[in-house]
Amino acid sequence: MSQDFLYLRRKLTNRIALFTAMLAMVIGLGFLIAILWTLLKNGMPAISKRVFTEITPPPGESGGLLNAIFGSIVITGLGTLIGTPIGILIGTYLAEFGRGSWIASTVRFINGILLSAPSVIIGFFVYALVVARMKHFSAYAGACALAIILIPVVVNSTENMLRLVPNSLREAAAALGAPQWKITVMVTYRAAKAGILTGVLLGVARIGGESAPLLFTALNNQFWSTNLSSAMANLPVTIFQFAMSPYEDWQSLAWAGALLITSGVLLLNIIARTLLRRKAMG
Amino acid sequence: MLTDNEKWMPLIVTEDTPSQPLAVEASNEDYLDRKLRNQRRMDAAFRGLTRLLAIGLLGLLLLMIMTLVAGSMPAIKAFGWKFFTSTDWDPVAEQFGAMVPLYGTLVTSFIALAIAVPISFGIALFLTELTPRFLKVPLGIAVELLAAIPSIIYGMWGLFVFAPFFAKNIQPWMTQNLGELPLIGVLFKGPSMGIGMLTASLILAVMVIPFISAVMRDVFELTPSLLKESAYGLGATTWEVISKIVVPHSKVGVVGGVMLGLGRALGETMAVTFVIGNSHELSASLMMPGNTISSALANEFTEAVGEIYPAALIELGLVLFLITFVVLAFAKFFLLRMQKREGAIT
Repeated sequence: MSQDFLYLRRKLTNRIALFTAMLAMVIGLGFLIAILWTLLKNGMPAISKRVFTEITPPPGESGGLLNAIFGSIVITGLGTLIGTPIGILIGTYLAEFGRGSWIASTVRFINGILLSAPSVIIGFFVYALVVARMKHFSAYAGACALAIILIPVVVNSTENMLRLVPNSLREAAAALGAPQWKITVMVTYRAAKAGILTGVLLGVARIGGESAPLLFTALNNQFWSTNLSSAMANLPVTIFQFAMSPYEDWQSLAWAGALLITSGVLLLNIIARTLLRRKAMG
Repeated sequence: MLTDNEKWMPLIVTEDTPSQPLAVEASNEDYLDRKLRNQRRMDAAFRGLTRLLAIGLLGLLLLMIMTLVAGSMPAIKAFGWKFFTSTDWDPVAEQFGAMVPLYGTLVTSFIALAIAVPISFGIALFLTELTPRFLKVPLGIAVELLAAIPSIIYGMWGLFVFAPFFAKNIQPWMTQNLGELPLIGVLFKGPSMGIGMLTASLILAVMVIPFISAVMRDVFELTPSLLKESAYGLGATTWEVISKIVVPHSKVGVVGGVMLGLGRALGETMAVTFVIGNSHELSASLMMPGNTISSALANEFTEAVGEIYPAALIELGLVLFLITFVVLAFAKFFLLRMQKREGAIT
């Protein structure tokens, strides 16, 4: 009798626990769906040809987001160009040259911390270092801040991916007489190409949506500007400014921008992940 | 252009091939020597470059701390330790204290964790033990996408969708039913405005769920299947396997994941800025607007004039950086220990 009871209790506990876990999953997915649905509902009607062909309007007038889209692409692109090579080389040091050295383990530790460091602080730092010295906000400063955020992401993924390359490949190249830099550049990098690219794409997705560091560095610009050493419009800060404003046409532009930026970021994520997965399967 | 015949000529020099004069051989050796030396130099240069950049990363961190300390010097000199206990925030009289934003940062982050950890645990559990195979990958990606959504989007969603819903449907209920309770009642008293500390905490919770559950899932999956299968073999239920085998085995990693989530929550800026209300009044109720360090920075820094005001904000930034640094260092420490133990077993 008591054994039956024990059995029943265990079974019941199991049921409840598993049901709760499923509920948690449903809650998590629910948030994702709710956010995406809100974006589509508010963003879709706001998207028109004008969004891509006109610059940000003063309140009460019609306009688009052309300068913000352009600025976002330029600043993110520049940040990627600065951050990617540095990140890949540091990752190379950690995976290939620094194995077991105290420098490598310290750098790895610090990198892990920078990976999750508050981005607003990085914006601050670049402000103090670049903007305060140059006396004006600039797209360069924004790109620097984004590069600093990108580097740890790329370092992390590059190191992990290089570590997955079998040593026999390196040894085979060494046996043919290849010097170490050639082994790294021509053999190891090639073998880890998809993985490294995934890391870079994920990093770009991360910095593409960052707004806090741009607040203090690239700031914003109501007008069309291609001057990299002056303040430049960008999507995240424009969205922030427009969404917090009381004007309805600004808010609807903010939704359009939010939809654009989220689809861009999620698309990059999905591309990166399928890239990696296909590689892992093939 | 080489003819086909020449292309396939053997590279090995045999007796039959017309021998070359000795002098040429010597210069050949010279050439190889030079080439070897060149390559060695390239090797050293490449290795040196990667090491230099790696050390540069350490330098960057030091530079960051130094810049923040230098920038906050005027405020440190003016307020000293009083900065941490004062609730003043008066740009006109130039009196600044960190109490309100510090309190806001800590309270919102801890409430966020209290909500996010159980849910993340459930999600990680579902993903590792319960999901049918064909759903494992898409569901995993879905959770990761939740982590990829820019924080500004969470902020907009929080302000325009969640806050009105919260104010209309949940807050009145909370005030009515929880507001009268002794001790904790005061936390839930207040107008149903939608924005405020509690809303910020909830949005933060949604934002850190994917981070924590991703780490938890990864450490859960490190449990050797031999252990799990043995437990199943003894007749354990799924929940018993999880609570008695998987969780004890991955405890350290779980703590690391939670710390990582805490680090994220402490530093999160934009989403919180949208919904917290930015008030420098200290209030006991979670329904009231408050402030966090990061949202104070985002809101006020570009408008801060004078010497003391920006310095006080930079000091806030420094405090935030140090707190997150310690939290993340602990997270890394726990996760590394987990990895090391894994390395020792396999």
